[in-house]
Amino acid sequence: MMNFMDYLPQLASGLSITLLLMIASVGTGLLLAILMTICSYSDKWIVRKCINLIVFFIRGTPLLVQIFLIYYGMGQFEWIRSSSLWFILREPMACAIIALSLNSACYTTIILQGGIQSVPKNEIAACHAIGMPKWLAFRRIIFPRAFRLAIPAYSNEVIIILKGTSLASTITLLDLMGVTQQLISQTYATIEFYIIAGIIYLLLNAVITGVFMALIKWSAITGKASQ
Amino acid sequence: MIFDGFLLQILMGTLVTIKVALCAAVFGIVVGLIGASLESIQNRWLRYTAAGIIFIIRGLPELLVLFFIYFGAAIILSKIFHHYIDVSAFAAGVIALGLIFGSYASQVFRGAFLAIEPGQTEAGKAMGFTQFQIFTRIQLPQAWRHAIPGLGNLWLVLLKDTAIVTLIGLADMMNQAKIAASTTHQPFTFYLIAACIYLFITSLSQKVINFFTIRANRYIHT
Repeated sequence: MMNFMDYLPQLASGLSITLLLMIASVGTGLLLAILMTICSYSDKWIVRKCINLIVFFIRGTPLLVQIFLIYYGMGQFEWIRSSSLWFILREPMACAIIALSLNSACYTTIILQGGIQSVPKNEIAACHAIGMPKWLAFRRIIFPRAFRLAIPAYSNEVIIILKGTSLASTITLLDLMGVTQQLISQTYATIEFYIIAGIIYLLLNAVITGVFMALIKWSAITGKASQ
Repeated sequence: MIFDGFLLQILMGTLVTIKVALCAAVFGIVVGLIGASLESIQNRWLRYTAAGIIFIIRGLPELLVLFFIYFGAAIILSKIFHHYIDVSAFAAGVIALGLIFGSYASQVFRGAFLAIEPGQTEAGKAMGFTQFQIFTRIQLPQAWRHAIPGLGNLWLVLLKDTAIVTLIGLADMMNQAKIAASTTHQPFTFYLIAACIYLFITSLSQKVINFFTIRANRYIHT
């Protein structure tokens, strides 16, 4: 019987890459999503159309294809390889973060739009009534309200990103999944290592769920049902 | 021909992708129905076990579930039967994706059955329907209406998840695109083609789902 403690450093390094991927993608994805949500309410017809097209493309294709398109696909073009962007696009880490954040941004945009739609109409009317400009009303009233309504759906999205980071192992990244595969090919302890990886993923899930529960509690409107 | 006949290969792969997705959906619906009925059963241990398994499968990355079933099952089965047993990639893909689909579908079904008013089943009992008749004639047609939007979403997720079966060597659309990409050194072109085919299938599915949603609600007047 082997000692699994010996492999702890490798698993820990895998875990750190998974966490890095997740945090970077969640952060970038959320910023992009907020930007895209604002743009999707733009007066310009072409801006709205572009956002819709991007969201349609990303939501209709698998994450794996998006990762491959960015990591393997970009090398096809000579002008990208000779440009300064190639510095970034040849790194699997950067490609995985780009793909994951784009993917997450599009799903989050839909979630935020749903949140904005479920903001009570009388609150928006109240903003107009007291003469708030459109942007101020959006920034101070509609968006915070929509975000609060969107938190439960967004927590699911973060868990989906965590699960999506495992696909980074297909472009040679040694995240938790990649390390697990590597350890299995060294030790042939297939089932044991998959179970260990599974437990770590479940624990990460529990942490994310806990954080969002706290966030919901913290952001709840006190003394008044949020309906 | 600019695509050197690879287009045909990719279309053949598309058929494999659709086959995996359809089989997984059928298997998943069965798993989901079993899960939903186990979760609403009186026996506490059965209920907790079902809820636990569903929680675990939903929390794990799809890739891990797939690899565990493909590589893990071969080892477990080989140990049981004392000689090496090869698990087919197709079966492993269908089982893994079906289990994932089923664990989400069980929640959809549970919600759908809970959405039916208890008066409906009570009326069935009063009319002397058997338990099976109540299930097939009263509960299922009504639950269907509530379940379609949820199941439709799961189907779209499933379609996109089928891309990972290429990683256990199944000759699906992604795999053909990969072969074409590495032979011609045009990865962008071929992965984009694969992406567009996925986009086409998901859009078509969305249309079909909308049709069924409208159809299932045709007796409902608002």
